[in-house]
Amino acid sequence: MIHRYVIVGAGPAGVIAAETLRTTDPDADITLIGDEPERPYSRMAIPYLLIEKIGEEGTHLRKGNDHYDSKGIRVLRDRVEKVDAKTKRLTLKSGGAMDYDKLLVCTGSRAVRPPVPGFDLPGVHTCWTLEDARNIARLAEKGAKVVLVGAGFVGCIVLEALALRGVDLTVLEMGDRMVPRMMSPIAGGLIKSWCEKKGVRVITSTRVTGITENGGLMNKLVNTLTGKPTRALKVTLNTGETLDADLVVSAAGVAPNIEFLQGCGLEIERGILIDHYMQTNVPDIYAAGDVAQGRDFSTGGLEVHAIQPTASEHGRTAGLNMAGVPTYYRGSFNMNVLDTLGLISSSFGLWMGVEGGDRVEMCEPDRFRYLQLQFDGDIMVGATSLGLTQHVGVLRGLIQGKVPLGPWKAKLMDDPTRIMEAYLACNFAARVAPKAA
Amino acid sequence: MQRSLYIDPQKCTGCLQCEMACSYENEQAFNPSKSRIKVFAFHEEGRFVPYTCTQCAEAWCLHACPVEAITKNPATGAMEVNEKTCVGCKVCTIACPFGTVNYNTATGKVIKCDLCQGDPACAKACPTGAITYVDSSWTGLDKMRAWAAKANTAA
Ligand SMILES: Cc1cc2nc3c(=O)[nH]c(=O)nc-3n(C[C@H](O)[C@H](O)[C@H](O)COP(=O)(O)OP(=O)(O)OC[C@H]3O[C@@H](n4cnc5c(N)ncnc54)[C@H](O)[C@@H]3O)c2cc1C
Repeated sequence: MIHRYVIVGAGPAGVIAAETLRTTDPDADITLIGDEPERPYSRMAIPYLLIEKIGEEGTHLRKGNDHYDSKGIRVLRDRVEKVDAKTKRLTLKSGGAMDYDKLLVCTGSRAVRPPVPGFDLPGVHTCWTLEDARNIARLAEKGAKVVLVGAGFVGCIVLEALALRGVDLTVLEMGDRMVPRMMSPIAGGLIKSWCEKKGVRVITSTRVTGITENGGLMNKLVNTLTGKPTRALKVTLNTGETLDADLVVSAAGVAPNIEFLQGCGLEIERGILIDHYMQTNVPDIYAAGDVAQGRDFSTGGLEVHAIQPTASEHGRTAGLNMAGVPTYYRGSFNMNVLDTLGLISSSFGLWMGVEGGDRVEMCEPDRFRYLQLQFDGDIMVGATSLGLTQHVGVLRGLIQGKVPLGPWKAKLMDDPTRIMEAYLACNFAARVAPKAA
Repeated sequence: MQRSLYIDPQKCTGCLQCEMACSYENEQAFNPSKSRIKVFAFHEEGRFVPYTCTQCAEAWCLHACPVEAITKNPATGAMEVNEKTCVGCKVCTIACPFGTVNYNTATGKVIKCDLCQGDPACAKACPTGAITYVDSSWTGLDKMRAWAAKANTAA
């Protein structure tokens, strides 16, 4: 019997799941449905498109023109409007319907604008899709005044792209520091002062209370005639200050794309709840990627880890399980790497630490170097770094490998930069032991 | 026959010829900080441990790449970075639990061992046979990989 697999959402999770299904179940009938007009692409590549390091084709997840055809993966540009889990049938926006044996939901999330007056004005854009990127590129010209709302992880990535385009940039963050959910107070503060040194104005602990259109038609006409940018928007802050802007970029929140699943009986919190096999509570429906709330490796709880590596691992594991190869997933690992105008930062696992655990923090503020390690007993459970580009992945290895550090814990407490040596010594003890006489 | 780098730290004297050869081969400069193989010194134990990518089967780097810039060379089995496609996002550098993919700030791209297209300069340069390029099916190597894999299984 030929299985009919339908995958909704053609981002990284969907594409990798489709490919895994093809290799695992060679005869299967595989359909990948995505509602964006472009070839399946990677949101992560958008910042590099904005700085023209790549063209749009450089964002595509797979480069070969016949990649999907050659693998027998049917790619539909369409939107799934409804799922009937009882009859296992989807309704498509184009009017058709489609039956499935097994369904994978990997519809990701979408950017949502803060519920503040003016965020729906022209000139205010989110930065989530290729279409957003084109809109931003049009307005973020050299010298343009740009206000970026939100300095979370995605906000900070967009920050770099905007600054490199040569705009006059102001960044607003409600939290008390940049990337508050990824960086400790010291590290977040260092990123802020680095960005300020690079000419970006960063305002933390501040909210936007409204955006209005600047001046009247006359004003715009004069600006147009004199060739000056229109400064079309006025952004008001809770401090009373106002900022003129040609463009406002909103990077202040996301929501999962789950509306079309209403009536399926799926358990949903911040995302669709899935088990260790990427299965939802509804038979034959799986979920993966940003839309899924799955096992967190570090806490054992259910979390949304909206990052590329999780989308990839989820997609692969879902594909294997759907194709009948039971594959247990230990859980996704929270990790991020960020480049803010040349200052590279990363965070791993429980970087904020655990109760009763030990922590070591090394900080050289003048050199913008920082390293923080968190331990539970003699196991490393989390880490944060600034300015570390060599062997940084070993932090994942130490944490996710739950490597017992033994005597190396004390050595790391003394000098946290010796992570690579600790890893080698603990994993390959015999090879590091003193030479036999 | 697929071959792999086999490293025997017992034989390493810490001369760093491998780092020199690697950076010269790949970056056209004698600059150990740009080498894809690194020798770690354990002074208390009087030990040197050369370390680089094992071209592991899990290929964490390849799977994490958002733009298909890392692919497996079918001839050598090496995971190779396509410089033109790499956007420099660094996700592979945190995804690799062995810490063997590094970001090169000069080029804005990542670098990792690619076995020099099947003729690794480090092995050729090693004067003591601490780094050799051997048949992959050799059991010692499997054991080394299994060991590494055991410490790093996420899926
Ligand atoms: C600007 C930016 C920078 C980022 N940088 C990083 C980074 O540096 N590192 C990192 O790890 N992560 C980064 N991310 C996050 C990363 O891109 C996401 O985690 C990843 O895209 C999730 O993949 P996914 O397949 O789950 O969802 P998505 O990539 O969002 O794909 C889901 C697709 O499903 C479609 N869809 C939704 N509903 C329907 C429907 N009803 N019918 C049909 N199709 C539908 C959507 O339109 C979309 O195309 C970044 C994100 C952005 C926006």
